[in-house]
Amino acid sequence: MSYLLIEALSKRFGRFTALDRVDLSIERGEFVVFLGPSGCGKTTLLRAIAGLDRQDSGRIVQDGDDISQWPVAARDFGIVFQSYALFPNLSVADNIAYGLDNRRFDRSARARRVEELLQLVGLPGIQGKYPAQLSGGQQQRVALARALATAPGLLLLDEPLSALDALERVRLRGEIRALQDKLGVTTVMVTHDQEEALAVADRIVVMSHGRIEQVGTPREVYRAPATPFVADFIGRVNVLDGAVHERGRVQVGPHVLDCEQARDLSPGAAVRLYLRPEDITLLGVTDSAPNSFYAHVRKVEFLGAHVAVVMKPDRMEGVELTAQFSQNYLNGTELPPGAIVRVGVDRRHLRVIAGEG
Amino acid sequence: MAANHAARWRMPALAELDGRLAQWLLVLVCAALSLFLLAPLAAMLVLAVQDREGNFAGLAQFAAYLEMPGLAESVWNSLWVSATVTLITVPAAFAFAYALQRSCMPGRSLLRLAGLSPLLGPSLVAAIAFIQWFGNQGALKVLMGGVSIYGAPGIILSASYATFPHALMILTAALANADGRLYEAADALGASRWRRFLTVTLPGAKYGLISAAMVVFSYTISDFGIPKVIGGNFRMLAVDIYQQVIGQQNFNRGAVVGLILLLPALFAFIVDWRMQRRAQAALTARAVPYVARPARLRDGLGLFYCTVVAGLLLAVLGMAVYTSFVTFWPYNLAPTLRHYVFGLDEAGVISAYYNSLRMAAATALLGTAFIFFTAWLLEKTRGADVLRPFLRLMAALPMGVPGLVLGLGYVIFFNAPDNPLGGLYQTMAIMVVANVVHYYSSCHLTAVTALKAIDREFEAVSASLKVSGFLTLWRVTLPVCLPAVLEIGRYLFVNAMTTVSALVFIYASHTLPAAVSILHLDEAGEIGPAAAMATLIVATSTLVCLLYAVFSHLLLRRTQAWRQARP
Repeated sequence: MSYLLIEALSKRFGRFTALDRVDLSIERGEFVVFLGPSGCGKTTLLRAIAGLDRQDSGRIVQDGDDISQWPVAARDFGIVFQSYALFPNLSVADNIAYGLDNRRFDRSARARRVEELLQLVGLPGIQGKYPAQLSGGQQQRVALARALATAPGLLLLDEPLSALDALERVRLRGEIRALQDKLGVTTVMVTHDQEEALAVADRIVVMSHGRIEQVGTPREVYRAPATPFVADFIGRVNVLDGAVHERGRVQVGPHVLDCEQARDLSPGAAVRLYLRPEDITLLGVTDSAPNSFYAHVRKVEFLGAHVAVVMKPDRMEGVELTAQFSQNYLNGTELPPGAIVRVGVDRRHLRVIAGEG
Repeated sequence: MAANHAARWRMPALAELDGRLAQWLLVLVCAALSLFLLAPLAAMLVLAVQDREGNFAGLAQFAAYLEMPGLAESVWNSLWVSATVTLITVPAAFAFAYALQRSCMPGRSLLRLAGLSPLLGPSLVAAIAFIQWFGNQGALKVLMGGVSIYGAPGIILSASYATFPHALMILTAALANADGRLYEAADALGASRWRRFLTVTLPGAKYGLISAAMVVFSYTISDFGIPKVIGGNFRMLAVDIYQQVIGQQNFNRGAVVGLILLLPALFAFIVDWRMQRRAQAALTARAVPYVARPARLRDGLGLFYCTVVAGLLLAVLGMAVYTSFVTFWPYNLAPTLRHYVFGLDEAGVISAYYNSLRMAAATALLGTAFIFFTAWLLEKTRGADVLRPFLRLMAALPMGVPGLVLGLGYVIFFNAPDNPLGGLYQTMAIMVVANVVHYYSSCHLTAVTALKAIDREFEAVSASLKVSGFLTLWRVTLPVCLPAVLEIGRYLFVNAMTTVSALVFIYASHTLPAAVSILHLDEAGEIGPAAAMATLIVATSTLVCLLYAVFSHLLLRRTQAWRQARP
């Protein structure tokens, strides 16, 4: 049985639908990330699980209890907010022990627990400091320690990293994931940063307009997006419109491309193909492998370890493709604008999204 | 595992209780505000449409009142005097505030204190001082060129003095919230100083100007002490109420005048309230504060103007203080403590000073606790959502109810023979309540602003840690908001010490407050003791303000470790 079960959860704010009959099931010990653009309902869903924004209808079951109508204080979770919400007038130790004080911890047990938690988040010995004396990343860790102090069954993280600078963000997300692995606490994190979601999640819940677009492992949502929204929101994607030529072959402009996923589609049907920039390969100019065509280089964007190349495929009106090549892969090859290149596409990488077309 | 399960079983019940308690307390504070704000006003409304025997009389009382000779004169006098005071005070205070906020003249903090000094005493101080300066034996009577100070001139001067700090506070706040980027843009576009003033400064302070005008107008039209002392035979609506109720014991007629007086004040309140709502949207979070740069001419002019105004304000206060220390102005200027030692004692009003001290202390303590707790319930608890808009309105409404009208409502409501709360009438308690209600709105605003400024997830975090919201209020919210709490306490104390209008109907001989006793002393021609009492009040208020300043300074220093920004 799943640890957290959400059934047909709906929530409206006035005329705005924040959650539209959302169903979701989360296993014990899982690290799940809610991902989506702002206003997609991810934070509302998290706050509904915490009981902070009560749903209009639907059910939430946690560890066998129907908690749908339980007040916040009755639910079993720890939470870290974007603002950390550390109590400014209390020392780090008092902040962390805030939830322990009413649980009859004696002084030495309390001190031991605080020390243990600070050890856990990698900040030993800062018990006496006040939040204002800490850096953003340190505050974030203290907030995490406070949320974990009471050993909750569920850890909720509401955009916990978005107030930090880029380097700190990358380091902390790794630490959070490591901590979660160590403690095994079921964790739900909300973020709008797809890279962050891909890096830490066991499963990603992609949301848009109050609905769940797809639930899957990072690999699944990236390699096999279930909807055009997911394909577009996670990573970059090229779109090619065409028509099924025969089983497993799609006509795009003058070219006929092999496409594994088009095998079950009937000839003549219009299809839209999705192609990741990194799935475009560079061939020798005279190479006439299947699924290859000529293209003119329009623009080259230098991205450090990669280059993004915007190109116009031969004889395809109004179509532009963006390819991404690592510097390693190019190995010094120059791609000046105007150059003609031959590019290929693996037939497994041309994706058709079910239900479209 | 079994224990864990039991804990989980008990938890919803406990957590439920915490939330329920907050909701019941919310109901309770709504009931209290209804009882002590709405009910008295409603009672006044009812009385206004009854005859003296208590039968329904429709608008007969209004008709009878409107036919009274001299009424048109009262209304007209009240209107034009208030308008004149507004036209004098608001520009004067604007220039003062502008110099304080937008120039680099030296001595700004001292000048600001001088500008706010009229708040330290009752409005009567001005009336007494102007009589001493320009009255029949006035030091500067020649300047009046034969015009008597008693009447409109005295009222206008005194009311301008008394309203100046109120306008100044609003306008300094309005000018403080300027977006420096707009000024940079204007400079970059090559706008002249004058054009920049017209296109950036004035529009930015527009809401503040309107708000200040409203406050000054409704203060003047409903103030009672000033026309009573310096008005001579000049008729105004506020004095009319007093005469109807105290002089002729005609409560029905008094209620009618009270309602008429409530109208302009309520109108001003509604206009101001709507303005405030719009003003909030005007300033974006990304605004960069404007910082003035030195400019010789502007700073020099500002310093000159502010020094003159501050000098005039201090001269008014100083005259009242001086009067209290000379034997008999202007004939015998020998210094004496006679007015303090014997004058107050002979008139039997020395107890009034202690009454006021007790009342002000109780108002500050109980009022601050009630107002802050109510604001906390409103901002930081959940549930009972139907009550919240009502409570917000109740908190804002006292701003639109003149003290005199509120006091009248209290007499009518609590003095009614069948009111079970009648026992409150003529007690110290009812005066404390009247003060808290009268000054509720700005205290509430201070509390709400402080509460909104702290992280809004504190309650969510403490609930997730299974800590009661009330405990978090005590351990976190209150300590963090302590500067605002102290500020509310100081404000309530000083106002309770100085107010006349709300209390003049509800005091009893054994609860006579100091500020009202000035009125009696003045009526008895005891101008020396009257000035002495006024001076005592001013000295007390000053002392409390000093204590407040010292205490909040120490507090900020002690809590600096956590209040400072980043290391």
